[in-house]
Amino acid sequence: MELYELGLYELRDKLNREEASVHEIIESVLRRIHQVDGRVKAFVTLDEENALQKADQLKREELRRGRIAGLPFALKDLICTRSLRTTCCSRMLEQFVPPYDATVAARLNAEQGILVGKLNMDEFAMGSSTEFSAFFPTHNPWDLERVPGGSSGGSAAAVAADEVPFALGTDTGGSIRQPAAFCGVVGLKPTYGRVSRWGVVAFASSLDQVGIFSKDVADCALVMNIICGYDPLDSTSINMKVPDYTSFLSTDIKGMKIAYPREYFQQGVDKKNRELVMAALKKYEELGAIVEEVSLPHSEYALPAYYIIAPAEASANLARFDGVRYGLRDFEADNVTDMFSRSRAAGFGAEVKRRIMLGTYALSSGYYDAYYLKALKVRRLISNDFEQIFKDFDIIISPTTPTTAFKLGEQSNEPLTLYMNDILTVPINLAGLPGISVPCGFSDGLPAGMQIVAKPFDEGSLIRAAYAFEQNTAYHTVKPSLGGE
Amino acid sequence: MNSNYETVIGLEVHAELKTATKIFCSCSTAFGAEPNTQVCPICSGFPGMLPVLNKKAVEIAIKAGLALNCEIAALCKFDRKNYFYPDLPKAYQISQYDLPICKNGYLEIDLEGEKKRVGITRAHMEEDAGKLVHQGNITSTPFSLVDLNRSGTPLLEIVSEPDMRSAQEARAYLEKLRSILLFAGASDCKMQEGSLRCDANVSVRPWGQKELGIRTEIKNLNSFRALERAIEYEAQRQIEAIEDGEAIIQETRTWDEEKQITRGMRSKEEAHDYRYFPDPDLPPLKIEREWVEQLKADLPELPDQAQQRLMEQYGLPPYDAAILTLTPEFLEYFDQCLSLYNDAKQVSNWMMGELSKYLNQYDIEIHDCKIKPVALTRLLTLIDEGTISGKMAKDVFAEMFATGKEPDVVVKEKGMVQISDESTLLKMIDGIIEANPGVVEDYRKGKEKAFGFFVGQVMKATKGQANPAVVNSLLKERLKSE
Repeated sequence: MELYELGLYELRDKLNREEASVHEIIESVLRRIHQVDGRVKAFVTLDEENALQKADQLKREELRRGRIAGLPFALKDLICTRSLRTTCCSRMLEQFVPPYDATVAARLNAEQGILVGKLNMDEFAMGSSTEFSAFFPTHNPWDLERVPGGSSGGSAAAVAADEVPFALGTDTGGSIRQPAAFCGVVGLKPTYGRVSRWGVVAFASSLDQVGIFSKDVADCALVMNIICGYDPLDSTSINMKVPDYTSFLSTDIKGMKIAYPREYFQQGVDKKNRELVMAALKKYEELGAIVEEVSLPHSEYALPAYYIIAPAEASANLARFDGVRYGLRDFEADNVTDMFSRSRAAGFGAEVKRRIMLGTYALSSGYYDAYYLKALKVRRLISNDFEQIFKDFDIIISPTTPTTAFKLGEQSNEPLTLYMNDILTVPINLAGLPGISVPCGFSDGLPAGMQIVAKPFDEGSLIRAAYAFEQNTAYHTVKPSLGGE
Repeated sequence: MNSNYETVIGLEVHAELKTATKIFCSCSTAFGAEPNTQVCPICSGFPGMLPVLNKKAVEIAIKAGLALNCEIAALCKFDRKNYFYPDLPKAYQISQYDLPICKNGYLEIDLEGEKKRVGITRAHMEEDAGKLVHQGNITSTPFSLVDLNRSGTPLLEIVSEPDMRSAQEARAYLEKLRSILLFAGASDCKMQEGSLRCDANVSVRPWGQKELGIRTEIKNLNSFRALERAIEYEAQRQIEAIEDGEAIIQETRTWDEEKQITRGMRSKEEAHDYRYFPDPDLPPLKIEREWVEQLKADLPELPDQAQQRLMEQYGLPPYDAAILTLTPEFLEYFDQCLSLYNDAKQVSNWMMGELSKYLNQYDIEIHDCKIKPVALTRLLTLIDEGTISGKMAKDVFAEMFATGKEPDVVVKEKGMVQISDESTLLKMIDGIIEANPGVVEDYRKGKEKAFGFFVGQVMKATKGQANPAVVNSLLKERLKSE
């Protein structure tokens, strides 16, 4: 096996047994990227020189100090990295080099992880296919004609294509779980407030959360231990003890109570996707879990509420891109208002503009109550639905997405169809809950994902349930055939 | 002004809260630094940056609220006020919309001995914007520069009820508000530095009409004088417009200091839709009652209490008490004088007179004044002891103010010692009487004015150093005797 194919635990073992050097690992990963990324196009910025330099500078004693010392990773390109451009895959920030590291980037650096580059995404995380990147679309490693999902499509594809053992993304309405499902990898979105958002360019601040793409659940738990925890720089991060997530890597789920909401298995969700998850639920029963059907009655209102709240927040969050202090500026304008308009017209893509307009409208005087306020009430009802279920159950299971990966270009001109991709993931963001997508089988050769949702701050149960399933199935071991060396 | 109309005024005051650091980041709030040297990615609105509320700013806002007799909210929140402007880095200002930290307060103003209560609708916290620097003025400048030093400075916006009825009342309100904020330690309240800013809402209505007239909002009022003049101008403008059958337009106007007029900026139709919504980056703020109670208990003496004390303890007239409590520094100076010297009225006279005159003339803060209480009270003692006259003391004061010298030193240097010795003075007086028999005749015939001539002659002969009281009594005695 090549080093680039290995997960974090395996790579750590190699280093500990001195069967591989950090330099060899980084070189292997970079070789893999050169080999496949011309087709996958997951990376927007590669930082080879620094990665190799850092690999060579790492001292032996430092290897023992960091939990991912010497191990490569990559970040979605809206996580700010000091001295390395952070574009949000927008013309607006094409040349933007932050003078700071996001808290999550700093935490990975502190563990001596090695950043190899920045990953493609839908512009400002708005989209479900990574086709709205201002630079180029990313291709699904399982079928290069298909999208990897989005908005963290680059992160999912990079892990699926063995370009990095893990990557970080963000999830506002499904942007980690949906691409994880489309690309057949593990994708975890922690509870809102669990991971610092400081230095992560905001799309919708009350929904955004940083999370992990990995090859398996154990690696995910390991990275969770690093990125989770209170950050005094983020007022929405919660000051509470973070458990050791690797302690949940147990296959014992006897007596675990699992709910599956009937609304998540209805029309609009492909039959095959439903069947794969129903089969997974059977597996859970075999493993001693108690499985019951439940109802989340307000599910159908989640998507419309989301498409009010997220664009409303985005309309304010993206207003700072005005050409005054950084980012793209139009120098032809006659006056400052003109400069604002022309810079923004040139800097933002169509989908970003659409959402800014939607959000601006929803917050406008005279419409606020009918749209934004109503959406907040719906959000409360959706939270209540979940709270009700979690009185009796430990986790909720559903398909992650209604379909498997669709073809490039197939939905990019139909925003409403594209928005339907989020229908099963959006409610979880509205309620601020943790969710994970794990591979649960294949439909016509394409991976399908199973979504597991738990109570706030109970990521432990997610990891336990996901791990038990993974250890009793082999889906995560099947790899796309991009061709080896 | 046309007496058929009543003017109605409400003020919106922005006071910079006196914190060492900004409201959502740890940059310094010090005034006057080089442009863009007190900025960081947070207060310059960089991508991914998040606000963290400065607890000290909340504490000071609560104190200010308590000093203004406000209710302090148990729960308040922060909202985003959206608009584009180059000095507003995030293109939204973090403010408080429907749940302000303070509401339903009041303060009392003194109108020629009569107290009037002015309601305070609300006081909310917000962050300040940066400022633009133009070459010349905003319309003709080829480019503008942005200075973000001020961006993120904590402000308290204090909104009054439309309770004021004249420019003088508005001024009295602003002066009182300023004193209260100063005494509470909430703000520096320096209008010229912009740490206290005021907008006035002005409308007029025929006497007796219940409904308020259409109001205009006047901005750019940078001094108490500008506030008064602008209100007077605007009320007159509105009255004339109504008399001419024109409708008043609800609009924002600016005070043109040069031309001494208000000019329209934008009408209601052009007004921004700020699209307020709760800032998702800041959780709602819960304020513990114990904290508020503690801050209330720790409040320092406020102007009303201080005035009461000066009147009761020293028997000062209300006017004196009001002036002496305009700023805590002024009051402290007074109190220090009174710990060294016991004639309160005399101290008050000198503070309101010479001291205020010179401080204003040279634009000096009282704590920078070279004459400390110990020196002033020594000067007053020299008068009391008859060493120098009150008139001489004024000259000594001027010298002390300029040089910081002790009064005794100045008196000595100038050879200013008063001549009170009767025999010396009598010698002079007798000589003058002898040399001016005609004037003596006039006086004895009842020409009172002639007396002044003799005083003047004595002063001339002594270069102003004769003790006037002694001269007076000696002259009277000598002139009537023959």
